[in-house]
Amino acid sequence: MKLLHYLDKPLFSIRLAMFLAIILSIHPAQAEIRQIYVSNEKSSTLTVLDGKTYDVIRTIKTCRRPRGVHFNKDRTQFFVGCADDNVIAIYDTASGNRVGRIRGIEEPETFDLTPDGKILVVSNEEDATASFVDIATGKVIGTVELGEEPEGVQITKDGSTVYVASEAANLVHVIDVKSMEVTADILVGTRPRRFALTPDESELWVSAELAGLVDIIDTRSLKVIGDIVFLPTGFRRNEVTPVDLLMTRDGKTAFVALGRANHVAIVDVASRKVETYILVGKRPWGLTLSSDEQTLFVANGLSDDISIIDVPSRKVLKSVPVGQVPYGILLDEY
Amino acid sequence: MNFNSLIFLIAALHFYGPAIGASTDKIQTVSLGYAEIIDDPRYEEKRAYARIRVKPHHRPVAGAEVAIRDSRILGRALNIKFQVLLTEANNAKDLAAQIKRMNRDLGVEFFIIDADASVLDFIARETAAMNILLFNISDFSDDLRSSKCRANLMHVIPSYAMLADSLGQFLVFKKWREVLLLKGSGPGDAAFATAFVRSAKRFGIKIDDVRDFVPGNDPREREQNNILLMTSGTDADLVFVSDIEGDFGRYVQYQTQGPLPVIGTEGLQASSWHWAWERHGAPQLNQRFERHANRRMQGPDWAAWTAVKSIIESILRTESIEFETILAYLRSDKLNLDAYKGAPVSFRSWNNQLRQPILLHTYNAIIERAPIRGFLHPVENMDTLGYDRSESRCQLER
Repeated sequence: MKLLHYLDKPLFSIRLAMFLAIILSIHPAQAEIRQIYVSNEKSSTLTVLDGKTYDVIRTIKTCRRPRGVHFNKDRTQFFVGCADDNVIAIYDTASGNRVGRIRGIEEPETFDLTPDGKILVVSNEEDATASFVDIATGKVIGTVELGEEPEGVQITKDGSTVYVASEAANLVHVIDVKSMEVTADILVGTRPRRFALTPDESELWVSAELAGLVDIIDTRSLKVIGDIVFLPTGFRRNEVTPVDLLMTRDGKTAFVALGRANHVAIVDVASRKVETYILVGKRPWGLTLSSDEQTLFVANGLSDDISIIDVPSRKVLKSVPVGQVPYGILLDEY
Repeated sequence: MNFNSLIFLIAALHFYGPAIGASTDKIQTVSLGYAEIIDDPRYEEKRAYARIRVKPHHRPVAGAEVAIRDSRILGRALNIKFQVLLTEANNAKDLAAQIKRMNRDLGVEFFIIDADASVLDFIARETAAMNILLFNISDFSDDLRSSKCRANLMHVIPSYAMLADSLGQFLVFKKWREVLLLKGSGPGDAAFATAFVRSAKRFGIKIDDVRDFVPGNDPREREQNNILLMTSGTDADLVFVSDIEGDFGRYVQYQTQGPLPVIGTEGLQASSWHWAWERHGAPQLNQRFERHANRRMQGPDWAAWTAVKSIIESILRTESIEFETILAYLRSDKLNLDAYKGAPVSFRSWNNQLRQPILLHTYNAIIERAPIRGFLHPVENMDTLGYDRSESRCQLER
């Protein structure tokens, strides 16, 4: 929308037009959000919001306790992990219709997709395993034994390695995708939850919920080389419980949802300093950034709503009530 | 009886694949002790008239077993195999002797003790000079944490004072300020009632009257056995019942003169754990426990689990299996153990009590988690529950 302003001005030239065209082609920046899917863990529903007005369009009944949500490779479908039904349901992105089910996945919590789009690596919370699921056949092709309560799953860009955090064991497991074997267990802060990788994949960031910080792992030495402690004004250490985190594509900025502290932290990645804290709803966990990186969506588990943040101004634009205990958010963009 | 026959082994039932980066090192074994009294009267099948079971009493050893299972992958990372050695005896003297022998012959230094205050006190005195640390997982007595506190005895289960303070905070939060206190004559009833009287004073709650009940139907004692009469002539907003065994307490709800809520050992209760707790990862621990023990997890089970985990966590973080090093970490404010209650737990340095959130629950739902919002402490809000540093008659810090 902002670009249109420039077009009205005399500055406008062919060169600028070309420049803009390049920008547009690099960033799917001007992509618009068609609709927003929110998984609601306790009401076992997906709330669908209009991508522009943020009004709730409809509510889709799902399998029980839907948590992790993830697109397939071309984003035409998405997966929803239902912990209480041991199922991963597959939905058509455009219509929101359920098109398939992968059964027999013990308590799926979150998952990631291999870069070829063929395998889902799923953390099985109750079984203390990660399973490798062949999407085409719906079959589990491998299982890796991990520490108790595995949660966050992160696959590297080349698809060679997957990191899984075990909440109750305070470990980050490094798993070789090809052999499906654990190659290292890294001890981190109390209750590790989710990951973000820097764009060059040299640093793996992992949130440690009950340590109130993010641990930074050097992916070569597999050692913790630093941490970032979060402490919004007026909070004590044990009231700050970071869970979801993500990084911008340029690797300059990270967003961290602080759980019980009811804030989202914005972190300067290079200096590892917190730039600001944004007040959101109660117990924010799930984070999703629009592909133009202008809008951040936050799932507030204990106020049953999502906060929508304008990233440039760092202000909450709106909060929208969804179902009970919202967990994950997906943006259907075009 | 042969000593060896009394020791059982709960090893992590797991095959240890080659541990990474240390695959050539020998796997070390760390053994923890778990000791209990044979025929402990607290676990007698308490059956009321007509064989009705009033409250279930289970030995909490399953909590320790689950904690060992939960640590098998940690063991892989550390190249350590954790196991629990069980021992039992008929009395405190024999149990203390077993513990000393296990320490001497097998090098066991950390013992989880499921026994009452008198046994704990005896064992703590007997082993004071040794490299032994004991964990109380099932006795609530305030004495053990104050006048009788001991440096080598940690308390994982909360004290009566902590439970009573949790309920006291709840009453203030609800503005239910006037209480009628009914108490029984069973073990612990007076202690829990005394703890509540202290809480009432602390939080500005008025105790309208304290009435002792006597079980029976004797009309000459009706002032003490008829709940209708016992709850009449009061302006109280609610009834606090202290009846640990519960045979009288179970008749208080709905039998009161007025429409009074009941708290204490019936109605709204305070516990270190409850199966209906559904936040902070609790469903996962509950499921693991239920799968292992075929029953629901209770407070002492949680305490046994937490005791084992606190030791393993200290070994993990110090990367040491040396007694003094583990001890120093375990008792320091560095301990940041995830005990599935939201706030990480650690031990109070002045009396070895584990500071922890307390769950306020009915029979099937969690109503609140204490410390309740608004009850603030200069350092740590969890220390608004039980005896704070300045109030404690126990000062273990030098």
